[in-house]
Amino acid sequence: MTTRIAKQKTPGDLLKAVQEKTKVNLNVCYQCKKCSIGCPVADQAESPPSEIIRRLQLGAGDELLQTGLIWTCLSCETCYARCPNQINFAAVVDALKSLAVEKGVADPQGDAPLFNRLFLNAVESYGRAYDLQVIALYKLGTGSLKQDVDKFPAMLKKGKMAILPPSGADKGRIRRIFKKAAQNKGTKA
Amino acid sequence: MKYAYYPGCSAHSTARDMHESCLAVAKALGIELNEIKGWTCCGASAAHQTDRKLAASLASANLLLAKQMGMDMVVNCAACYNRSKVANYEIIHSEEIRQSVADCLGQSYDGSQPVRHFVEILLKDLGLPALRKKIINPLKGLKTASYYGCYLVRPPEATGFDDPENPTILESLIDVMGGENVEWSGKVDCCGGMQNLTRTEITVRRSAAVIGMAQAAGAECIVVACPMCQISLDVRQADMEKLLGKHYRMPVIYITQLLGLALGISPKKLGFDRLMVSPAAVLKTTKAAV
Ligand code: SF4
Ligand code: SF4
Repeated sequence: MTTRIAKQKTPGDLLKAVQEKTKVNLNVCYQCKKCSIGCPVADQAESPPSEIIRRLQLGAGDELLQTGLIWTCLSCETCYARCPNQINFAAVVDALKSLAVEKGVADPQGDAPLFNRLFLNAVESYGRAYDLQVIALYKLGTGSLKQDVDKFPAMLKKGKMAILPPSGADKGRIRRIFKKAAQNKGTKA
Repeated sequence: MKYAYYPGCSAHSTARDMHESCLAVAKALGIELNEIKGWTCCGASAAHQTDRKLAASLASANLLLAKQMGMDMVVNCAACYNRSKVANYEIIHSEEIRQSVADCLGQSYDGSQPVRHFVEILLKDLGLPALRKKIINPLKGLKTASYYGCYLVRPPEATGFDDPENPTILESLIDVMGGENVEWSGKVDCCGGMQNLTRTEITVRRSAAVIGMAQAAGAECIVVACPMCQISLDVRQADMEKLLGKHYRMPVIYITQLLGLALGISPKKLGFDRLMVSPAAVLKTTKAAV
């Protein structure tokens, strides 16, 4: 597949931002494409992993944040495990995802940032994950209440979903972590 | 054998069966699991997708508690195991992460707390010969596909679990239990679990591919060690059938559930009644009834 890469379509240096966030050296990539061959979602992606690296190297701007792989990536780390140069591409995707969130670029189909936010909010308040609340709020937020309605009664009945919020965690400790992490995010990575 | 035990959030929600069977098996084998008091969420995939430093700090909170107990930390959830191992690895290799973790926790941590998956201690600390002696209800050639998924084996430099492309720890346990391991190539493929709610169709297709491979290899059940894999492969089977028009009916059970059966523990105590796809075929081979 040939992709035409428009240089600096939008001003901004995504490569630098990604390298700052991840400390991954993308210059050592020699385009062997092992990452793309092993990636379970590459076949549906506009640009597979190796091509995203190339686009970054060639000065891609914010248009790269629209690329589907950022939102379909499964964090399976196959790309990283198989890269002969130890390039942690899974971390690159995480960095692109958080840059997309910072710049307000949305997931066109699902809403992973919303899910992550709801999940972490629950952890911040209870110290542990609270699936029922997170799933209900996610479904409300994305208007997908109907999907999976058949599953929850069965899961609740089988005790595979807790009704009450979790208890027993050291909540003070977790709140301190969230507070400090938010402060550190502001400082240069 | 005494360990600090980290159950993980899913132990009280989507993976109660994993937790129940782990405790029952440990008890039967004389392994002392001491639950870490006040443990908190490891951050799961939501934290690392959002902020690496937050992710490392959340996982380290529990590692520090285990360190204070002076025992190896045992985790049965492959996802929590992964996050804890990755936190250790990043803290050792990155000064920046180490500093940030110290700041978040108000305490320094050097990444040295040992983290072990429950199956690792069975293999390495208890040992297969000792385990073999305890098997009173052998599996009678039950055809099993051992499925590792991502979290146990990747990234290999952080988890160091087994051969990352062809792990065999689960197979060696099945072997001792008298089951029959099928040869298949899907054991470290991804089930797509991370997108279970956000991009459900990806999960359904990935998990269907994994089950399809196990089926083609002649497996009667898939054995897992990860709650994300268990939920994707088990709960999503109804969706696979709808989307792809195929029938699977493949029981997806935790290694600790199967081991419990072989040790003669009742299926009820092992959470078999919580599975969505009926495990009747599995129970039949061991003559146990739910
Ligand atoms: S596997 Fe590594 S070196 Fe090969 S193309 Fe991918 S990132 Fe580049
Ligand atoms: S981590 Fe993401 S990009 Fe890498 S192989 Fe897995 S799905 Fe593909």
